[in-house]
Amino acid sequence: MNLQEFFLSLWNRFDKAFLVEDRWKLYLEGLGNTILIALMATVIGVILGVLFAVINYVNKKTGKFKVLAVLSNIYITVIRGTPVVLQLMIMYFIVFVSWNFKVAIGSFEIMDSSLLIGAITFGLNSAAYVAEITRAGFEAVDDGQREAGRSLGLSTAQTMWYIIIPQAMRNSLPPLFNEFITLVKETAIVGYLGVYDLGKIPGLIQSRTFDYLFPLIIAALMYLVVVMILTKILHVLEKRLAKSDRGGKI
Amino acid sequence: MSVEKNHDIKPLISVRNLTKSFGKLTVLDSISTDIYTGEKVVIIGPSGGGKSTFLRCLNCLEDPSSGAVIFDGVDIADVRVNINHHRQNMGMVFQQFNLFNNLTVLENITLAPEKIRWKKAKAEGKTREQFKADVRENALSLLRRVGLEDKADAYPSTLSGGQKQRIAIVRALAMNPKVMLFDEPTSALDPEMVGEVLEVMKELADEGMTMVCVTHEMGFAREVADRVLFIADGNILEDDSPSEVFDNPKHPRLKQFLGKIL
Repeated sequence: MNLQEFFLSLWNRFDKAFLVEDRWKLYLEGLGNTILIALMATVIGVILGVLFAVINYVNKKTGKFKVLAVLSNIYITVIRGTPVVLQLMIMYFIVFVSWNFKVAIGSFEIMDSSLLIGAITFGLNSAAYVAEITRAGFEAVDDGQREAGRSLGLSTAQTMWYIIIPQAMRNSLPPLFNEFITLVKETAIVGYLGVYDLGKIPGLIQSRTFDYLFPLIIAALMYLVVVMILTKILHVLEKRLAKSDRGGKI
Repeated sequence: MSVEKNHDIKPLISVRNLTKSFGKLTVLDSISTDIYTGEKVVIIGPSGGGKSTFLRCLNCLEDPSSGAVIFDGVDIADVRVNINHHRQNMGMVFQQFNLFNNLTVLENITLAPEKIRWKKAKAEGKTREQFKADVRENALSLLRRVGLEDKADAYPSTLSGGQKQRIAIVRALAMNPKVMLFDEPTSALDPEMVGEVLEVMKELADEGMTMVCVTHEMGFAREVADRVLFIADGNILEDDSPSEVFDNPKHPRLKQFLGKIL
């Protein structure tokens, strides 16, 4: 086999993996699902995780919410101490076993129940990590901020909402964004549930072409590009935050 | 201002057998004293003697271990009391300023009045816009008073220590408190900024504000105070006029303290 034949056969393999029957659309659909799962998981994770962090912070500072603080700590310990793939299977085969539907706007299908279960599971999983991330963000807020709020006659809830939470979230923004980047990659295991995210697409294409080489390389490259773009955004965000530390809004 | 206490008038703050301990360490050991409306009380004493803890017990930022703090006729050390309601009437200024970092200077001043006084203003028939404009106008006039009106939209991180502390004082004043508590307000400042903060405090004193001030500024104590409390080892060891405390100290602990700092 000479060099020309070698490149020609490579091109043919690439052609089958990417161009034939508009297969590139499959990768884009997969990428769309991957981003959708990561976004939903991040929203669920941030809302729940911040709630856990607030409960723990208020409990530490005032002694309120003792039972909730214990429960949230048990939750965090269990989630962090078990593999996410098992959590995924527990949700799919036990908790939401009766779920079988599609979510659509008109005739445009947005997601099916498997994808939603994946997103919920990763959200619940991420909440435990977000709770730890934001806990550090809360602890970095100077206690004088809380005392000043309380000394003016603001309630604990008002002090938390207007003063402590905004500052803690600001402290946590870079690591939270990092958690989102991690989720983009980690959620590839929703393939276990038969969800066609980007990580599952190479297998789909290989089942038609019997060739794994380019599908795997293409999917990996797409992950890499997305993560690099997100990392760039994170750096810009960090720079802006550092700038606003020297005065001014974000 | 007269130092004599008119005992027909009820004290604004009446401290009775106030004790505070952290674990086995007793920081305040059954302290009792009265503070009257219009009085300027300066608290001096060695570090670790309990003077800051005493001040922080007055608005229950530290919960007293036992004893009573009767403010406006209510024992606010009682856990059943809504402490938020009473703290509105007690302004506090901290050593580290503690301006809200996430808010502008103006928002720092308007936050508490806006959130706390709205219900009352609504009951008086004010619209939300009227109320907000009033709070804002009041905040701006307070800022004008301390010469910092141009900093209204700045963030605290861009200000000097002296500016921060003047704004912290104004923030407390925006609630129209009956008493102002100062916890070493000039101790974290560069020397050249101490004067501008003391100036604001003196003006406040001249206007008749009731003040309780923990400080190391003996000049200020001598000039402004009606009474000086010397707190050491968890007790008030001397309670007298500034001239008596500084020129004719009686307790050996006070003599020793003054010998070190003067």
